[in-house]
Amino acid sequence: MLALFITVPFFSILFFNLPFLSYFRRAITAWAYVLFCAQIALALRLFSPDFLNIFTARVFFNFNIALDNLSLIILLSSAIVLFVTLVIATYMIDSERKRFNFVNLLLFTQAGLNGLCLARDMFSLYIFLEIVAITSYILIVFDKDIKALSAAFKYVILSTVASVLLVASIALILLLSGDTQFSVIHNAISAQTPNLMIMFSVALFVCATFIKAGVVPFHGWLPEVYSHSPAAVSVLFAGIISKALGIYTLMRIVNDVFGPNIHVNSALLFIGMVSIVIGALAALVQKDFKKMLGFSSISQIGYIILGIGSGSALGFAGAAFHIFNHAIFKSLLFVNSAAIESRTRTTHMHELGGLSKVMPITGLTSVFAFVSAAGLPPLAGFWSKLLIVMALILSGHPVYAILAIVLSALTLAYLLSMQRLVFFGKLNERFSKIKEAEFGFSLAAIILAAIIIVTGLLYPFVLGKFILPLASSGVFK
Amino acid sequence: MNVEALQIFWPFLLFVIMLFIIGIYCISITFNLIRALLGVEILIKAVTLLIIIAGFVSGRTALAQAVVISLIVIEAVAITVAVGIVIGIHSHNNSLDTRKIVDTDK
Amino acid sequence: MNLNIAILIILIMAALWTTMTRSLLRSAIGLAAMSLVLSIIMFRLNSNLAAVFELSVCAGLIPVLFVSTISLTHPLTKQEVMQHMKDRIRRFWYLPFIIVAVGIALSLVTVKLSIKLPPHEIEKNVRTLLWNERPLYLAGQIIVLLIGAFSVVILFKESGKDER
Repeated sequence: MLALFITVPFFSILFFNLPFLSYFRRAITAWAYVLFCAQIALALRLFSPDFLNIFTARVFFNFNIALDNLSLIILLSSAIVLFVTLVIATYMIDSERKRFNFVNLLLFTQAGLNGLCLARDMFSLYIFLEIVAITSYILIVFDKDIKALSAAFKYVILSTVASVLLVASIALILLLSGDTQFSVIHNAISAQTPNLMIMFSVALFVCATFIKAGVVPFHGWLPEVYSHSPAAVSVLFAGIISKALGIYTLMRIVNDVFGPNIHVNSALLFIGMVSIVIGALAALVQKDFKKMLGFSSISQIGYIILGIGSGSALGFAGAAFHIFNHAIFKSLLFVNSAAIESRTRTTHMHELGGLSKVMPITGLTSVFAFVSAAGLPPLAGFWSKLLIVMALILSGHPVYAILAIVLSALTLAYLLSMQRLVFFGKLNERFSKIKEAEFGFSLAAIILAAIIIVTGLLYPFVLGKFILPLASSGVFK
Repeated sequence: MNVEALQIFWPFLLFVIMLFIIGIYCISITFNLIRALLGVEILIKAVTLLIIIAGFVSGRTALAQAVVISLIVIEAVAITVAVGIVIGIHSHNNSLDTRKIVDTDK
Repeated sequence: MNLNIAILIILIMAALWTTMTRSLLRSAIGLAAMSLVLSIIMFRLNSNLAAVFELSVCAGLIPVLFVSTISLTHPLTKQEVMQHMKDRIRRFWYLPFIIVAVGIALSLVTVKLSIKLPPHEIEKNVRTLLWNERPLYLAGQIIVLLIGAFSVVILFKESGKDER
């Protein structure tokens, strides 16, 4: 039954592309909405406190896939972000034919992301990671703008180098353990003394996932790709693709395959802290809205890596929850920037101003997003940052915990300056006649803001049902 | 078994590292878009060689061949997409020089 | 053993030629030559199926892709070629020396690796492995091929229409 997560999007692409069924092509958008909502509903239904770790399914295809709570968080976040992307794309792409191509690419992304989080074999993890990466190359150049093309080329080169490093790591693991399945590799590596080849393959793997996730010092591709790709694709990228390809893979491998290791954890803590600092400092001086959001993503990924590097189950759960929160609030910020761009045709922050008088819904939801991003109570971002900070203190790194708290003041600073420049203040005369954003943007923004508020206010319920099972379900062996 | 396996493995590892250096050098020094793609191809050849020799030394030639076949398919599709991007850049700029692409900042 | 090292040296020489030669077409041919040598190495290491695949795709399909894209983007004029050549030689001439130096340095290093290799197993057939035990690899490859077909439709069709 689990194979349906991968095969249903794939077969629906085949079905809609058959040459003699061209009458049905108009229905593809509706079918995509149905699929994404079904995935959200299934993911919410399958969370339960007494859900034991692995739920394997070997029906007629004998796929080696399994589901556990960490995969469920990725399934849920990816379905929500894909849904929001589809809502924006329906409004921002005009021609029917381009919309058909775009929805096909979104269905490929869904199949790839589902396969990525369900795979229990290292090489099939790599295959699905490449599926999502290749689809993202096509999505960035969807509008064939010259800036998007050059940003995409830089991203292609860096991402392919990362894939090569990943396969090199898989080759060394194949040498050591003779197979690529997670369970076999785990047994073989714990039976060996720690030697140079294991450390080398871990280092290669961690470097590869850092390039894919956009962590400092490999973040060169990220701000340009986020700011020059089409609006719907920016939402998809910031929300789920860089998290799932980089951070989820890192969590899965460093904990399920290699086992927790003191050197890797200290390296992760250091790089996470550097990432937060450089991302926040660079975001303070940006003038372009989307580029600032790109650097903010680099900073937030630093928090997630701090959570992983703390080495405890609580930090792990906090990091996974922060992946979900970041998907929601970053998508909301990008949706608002797309709405502003579609009405005012510019993303330069110093030219905008006072927009909350003419675009009230956009302004209000943006306030919720930035309160959650900065980690202020009572919204959702506060709880996940609190979990990460608590995990750092409990596992014996008080310096990192204090630095993380101090640096979230920096996050508050640049987001507040963005809000003041764009939404509050004096209204520019050029923009006094624009109307509120179109219905699609407002709907997506309201849904995302509602999710932030609900997750934040109903936190005890969320903690009991979603987060504690993650920490205690044996994801952390 | 251990010593002779390592005797076969070590020269291959050496040459794989040299191919890696050639590939990374080619990507970073060139100013031509297509030559950067050639550097990526050289890197992929290097890692294919690494998979085959790892499979040979550990006795799992069948699994290594399955991995290499999948890798070749993925590489072909990735090169197709990259070539599409290069042709798109050329049709805007009429040149393949990385120094002449429109400055994307500001 | 010495034959292996000789073939590997030919591989490195082909890679150096691909990087340093001045014309793009010759680089594409060099890529095909590299794939040929790699395929010979794979035949010697008992990996027959992968060697045939590498020959047909990487020595056949990919150089054709490169040659077609080189011919779609027009060549430089004579004077630009001369200037370009001088520029390239200045940047690239020390690569062979670096490679030889690195090779000699690394071959003198002996690292004591005490790794435990996995237990020996019966030799399996690649086809039964892919179809019976690892069908997810096949499913992934089919999805990737479909994405490739899509990319050709999306990326190439529009630019053809624009040029007309």
